[in-house]
Amino acid sequence: MNDLFREEILDHSRHPRCHGTLDNPDLTFEDANPLCGDRIRMDFRVKDGVLETVRFSGHGCSISQAAASMLCEHVEGRTLEEIKALGREDVLEMLGIELGPVRLKCALLALKTLKAGIYGVNQWPGEDEDGAL
Amino acid sequence: MSATRTSDEGAAGSAPAAPFDPRVVRADFPIFATAREKPLVYLDSAATSQKPRAVLDAMDRYYATCNANIHRGVYRIAEEATTLYEDARRRVAVFLNAASPREIIFTRNSTEAINLVAHAWGRTYLKDGDAIVLTPMEHHSNLVPWHLLAAERRIELRFIPLTGPGELDVAALPGLMADGRVKLVSFVHVSNVLGTVNPAAEITRIAHSHGATVLVDASQSAAHLPLDVRAIGADFVACTAHKMLGPTGIGMLWGRRALLEAMPPFLGGGEMIREVSLTSSKWNELPWKFEAGTMPIAEAVGLGAAIAYLQTLGMANVFAHDRELVAYGMERVAEVDGLKVLGPPADRRGGVIAFTIEGIHPHDIATVLDDDGICVRAGHHCAMPLHDALGVPASARASFHCYSLREEIDALVAGLQRARKLFPR
Repeated sequence: MNDLFREEILDHSRHPRCHGTLDNPDLTFEDANPLCGDRIRMDFRVKDGVLETVRFSGHGCSISQAAASMLCEHVEGRTLEEIKALGREDVLEMLGIELGPVRLKCALLALKTLKAGIYGVNQWPGEDEDGAL
Repeated sequence: MSATRTSDEGAAGSAPAAPFDPRVVRADFPIFATAREKPLVYLDSAATSQKPRAVLDAMDRYYATCNANIHRGVYRIAEEATTLYEDARRRVAVFLNAASPREIIFTRNSTEAINLVAHAWGRTYLKDGDAIVLTPMEHHSNLVPWHLLAAERRIELRFIPLTGPGELDVAALPGLMADGRVKLVSFVHVSNVLGTVNPAAEITRIAHSHGATVLVDASQSAAHLPLDVRAIGADFVACTAHKMLGPTGIGMLWGRRALLEAMPPFLGGGEMIREVSLTSSKWNELPWKFEAGTMPIAEAVGLGAAIAYLQTLGMANVFAHDRELVAYGMERVAEVDGLKVLGPPADRRGGVIAFTIEGIHPHDIATVLDDDGICVRAGHHCAMPLHDALGVPASARASFHCYSLREEIDALVAGLQRARKLFPR
């Protein structure tokens, strides 16, 4: 079977960690992949420069959902500075698969949402590096 | 006779039609003979069609024997290139049953053809307070050009409503036009998602009786069914070569001559002018008024060859083949647990089956299928408003052409069953 559907990815997409929404979050950000209609929203609770809690919701393919689940699990409890330093390689390492340019966008939607949310802006420095171009 | 007889020299309808055999047709398409890990199951012809050898050869031959810029050089190969380019235009005119080749404008694709109308016709004739009627099943290419125009001046966009199964409620059109403000009705002939074949002649008749101009997006239909622009009676028809077995990079706008004559140019540059001084210019005559700069010459040659090929197959045969595959395909995919097909029943659609499977994202469907060498489209197919209207974020889509086989549908269904196992309900 296709590596894209290795068991860990299927497990994260079927049983996503950090899934849901927060009441009165400190920050909320939502982004979509216009190519396929995938949509991810993240709610953040931040204290003293640390991301205490993150919850994601939305819909998308198993790659985008698994990436969101793995990423959120990874960043909870980390400082915002640590999170800002995350890049596409970190996400691809978590997923552990090779991706073509189209599916790369699925995999990176969660990172895009996370970082834009943390920065509180639409574009974080270096977005181009993380895009598929 | 077989489809292999076709060459770019072939003429329309001169030989008696042989029974249509998709296997013989398929042998004309080199991509299916290309060695690969798994045989190619290509079910994405609505996105772009594959190209027969005759098209590739015609383009190669042009580059190898008479590559030169057209309408400029007086030397021999420039004359040959010009002849090939204008022959392609004549073939398009015959194929669409246009009154004259002067009514055929070459563009980059359907999108550019529609943008041409929006710019050259729309900006000339549409005023504040006017309205445009569109449909919810439009490809973005027949929405966004009008959004851009509506952002510039006060133009209202109205939409023919959908009925439950994904057809247009044409009976609602006279009501939409009753206040006399609608100046343009622009709609897709065959939906790239639902496969719905819209009653183009009827919509055109209603639109004309209310004084509106009519644009038909024939991107899907020109490639799949006998298209007669005069029988439809519209004012503009847009189509694109790459869905018609031809190359990318060239499309066509057919327009009524009087309308095209009255319109200002779209793009400015070489070839579209008659006289140029430092501060002004006079436009060239039709169709060159709308063809600024060096055009895609090899692509026009390829398009000419594609049309000759389609004419040899017979568009009625192509459409009948699509219909047969759609009927078989809809029956077979219904076996998959949780699968829902979007759009009308098989007997009212072209060669497209878009569907959702409960609990499996379309991207995942497409990825599982890709593992078996099966190509389907996943996403919103450039029709986000339609997916909104249908209440699904995205769908998977299988679409056919003359080279598609029933076995490919069998492979699709086997792949879908595997996806179902991988993502149980």
